[in-house]
Parts: sequence; structure tokens; C-alpha cells
Amino acid sequence: MTVGHALLGLLEGGPAHGYDLKRSYDERFGQDRPLAYGQVYSTLARLLKNGLVEVEAEPGAGPERKKYAITQAGVSDVAAWLAQPEKPEPYLQSTLYTKVVLALLTGHDADDLLDTQRAEHLRLMRDLTRRRDTGDLADQLICDHALFHLEADLRWLEVTAARVQQLAAQVRG
Amino acid sequence: MADEPLLIAENLQLSFGSTTALEHATAEVHAGEVLALMGPSGSGKSTLLHCMAGILLPDAGRVTYAGRDLTAMHDDERSALRRTEFGFVFQFGQLVPELTCLENVALPLRLGGASRRAALRSAEAWLERLEVSDVAGKRPGQASGGQGQRVAVARALVTRPKVVFADEPTGALDTVNGDRVMQLFVAAARDTGAAVVLVTHEPRVAAHSDREAVVRDGRVRQQELVR
Repeated sequence: MTVGHALLGLLEGGPAHGYDLKRSYDERFGQDRPLAYGQVYSTLARLLKNGLVEVEAEPGAGPERKKYAITQAGVSDVAAWLAQPEKPEPYLQSTLYTKVVLALLTGHDADDLLDTQRAEHLRLMRDLTRRRDTGDLADQLICDHALFHLEADLRWLEVTAARVQQLAAQVRG
Repeated sequence: MADEPLLIAENLQLSFGSTTALEHATAEVHAGEVLALMGPSGSGKSTLLHCMAGILLPDAGRVTYAGRDLTAMHDDERSALRRTEFGFVFQFGQLVPELTCLENVALPLRLGGASRRAALRSAEAWLERLEVSDVAGKRPGQASGGQGQRVAVARALVTRPKVVFADEPTGALDTVNGDRVMQLFVAAARDTGAAVVLVTHEPRVAAHSDREAVVRDGRVRQQELVR
């Protein structure tokens, strides 16, 4: 739902073509994953169907010539979305935990697994740190958010590495 | 980056009584590179830094700086090397409380024989580089924690050392101040071409490095070239 709401939010600034919306989105939110055109138009089609946007047709037809405007229902939808907290998701730990347990069960080196993951996390943190230190305020805030999350994962890796022997004893019964 | 590492620690072994602090610890850093030594408290990362800096002598193993064996040097020679080629930043700035921040930064140059005027001029430039010119006339006690650490970084870099050793340089600072100190520190060190050996348990701080070595139970688990 995030892309839809983001496009709606951008449309609150005024009507826009799909192409312009994609550009605004990529500029603000698309550092890691720029939107595909297909996704922009399919999302707009869905918003249109739900009555959250309307089309201001321009002579010349073609989907790229359509100008989209947010409706009152769209404005309310954005407001409701902003008011709704996101579900905190400890997504990565569950996968990593599964890997660590499986490594211990199958006789693989869990320390190696943790160290490899740790190096991968730190590599990403370095890239983000560089981007943050050379970017504008928007870059800084987005990168900082990602950095804090990665740091939390790393702390978990550290704690797990320190207890891996204990865990091995439990896992192997 | 030069092919040969500037500073190499090979197979370091060190015990304090019955406690083994380092066991076959190996690490290296190239000129212009930032190496982060990471690991939990008591893992031996600070001990490794102290050995690499020639402050502690290992029981066995060798530390080579620019082709010279630190472990085989006479004490005086090693002290002189630390004064002229190395710079240090610690968790709590360890500035001289009776001197102003400007005088603190000028101090290593004065000890090295520079004139008062030249030393102060150079110190002023470094305080400006670290964005703390406004505390130049204050004593360290009158500066904030973040300002104090920037002054400490300026003091470590003022002699243009070849290697800067930093032990938890932002350990006493909040995230925003710590980040800024690291940004300024690493940028300034890179400008001078110095190598940095950084001890930290914080991933955010280590993310300013080019490479990390994880120390666990006195051993170096992993050292990976990132750039």
C-alpha cells in the first residue's frame, strides 16, 4: 500500500502526469528501488478505480498524457494512512535465527555464518554512511533510519555469537 | 593505497598473569586507510591497539611499522616514534585541564620544538578544520563533550602523524555528536593521508572505516577488504 499512498500524498501538491509522479517518487523515496513505469500506471489505475484519484484528460490521449488529481476521498485516505502506526516487524532475526539453528543442527560453523552476515551488514552500513555524509538532509534522515535498523541487527548478531555455544548445547539436546 | 601495509601486527601473543589477552592476533593497516577493531568488552581489541601503537609489548609476535620492528626497538626509540609518527584519541579527550583548548592542540608541536607562534597558528587551523574555533580560548572543562573530542582529534592530527590510534573516540557521546565527530575525524585523517586504527564496539562508528577486524577472546576472527 505504501506506493499508492506515497503517490496520493505527492498528488496533494497538485495534479500530475504519471511520468512526473514517478520522477518525484524516485527523487524522494526511490534511492534503493526506483519505481517501474508499469507499477506507477497499475497503481494509478487502482487508485482511480477506488475513487481516490480522478483523471484530467488532455487532448492527445495515451496513458502518459493523462493528468491525475487527488479526490477528497484520496485526501482522507492519506490522512488515515498517516495516522495509522506501522507494525514493528523483527523480520530479519527470524530468518537468521532459523539459519543459526539449522547450522548448529547440521554441524556447520554458526560463528562463520554470523561473521559473514555481520560483514554484509557492515558493508551496507558503510555505503549508507558515505551516502549520508555526502547527501542532503533527506538523504541523511533516510540513511540514518536504515543505519539504526542495521545496527540493531548487528547487536543481535553479537549477542547470538556470544551465546552460540549455549544455543548449540540446547539445539543438539 | 600502497601495496605494502604501513603497520602490521603478526601473531601477537600477550598474557596478563593467567589471563590470555591476545592469541595469535594478526592485523594490518595501509596508509590512508581506516581499520576498525571491533568486538565485545574484554575481547582484547584495546590491547591489540596498544600493541600496534607500541604502548604495550607482546610476549611473542611482531609489530612492524614502515618496515621497522617496533618490538625490537629500544624504549627511547619507540617513545620517539610514538611522539613523531603516531597520534592518539581516547574516549575521554584527556586534554590538559589547565590549558586552553588552543594551547592543548598546540602542545604536541611545542613539545616537538616548534615556536609558540607557529604552533598556535597551526592549532588554530586545526580547530577550525574540526569546527570548534569558538572554544579556542576556553578550558576543556568549559567545552561540551562533543567539542572536547573534536579538540582531542585536532590535537592528535596537528603533528600530521602517519597513524592515528583512536580508542572508543565517541564512546561518551550521544549519537548525533558521535556521528559528527567521526565524520570530521575521518575526513581530516583522509586528507592528511594518515592511517587510522579505531577501536569501537559500535557498528555505527565502525561504519566509517574501510575495513574491520573482529576480535574475540584475543583472536582476530575476520578481516575483510571492503574497498
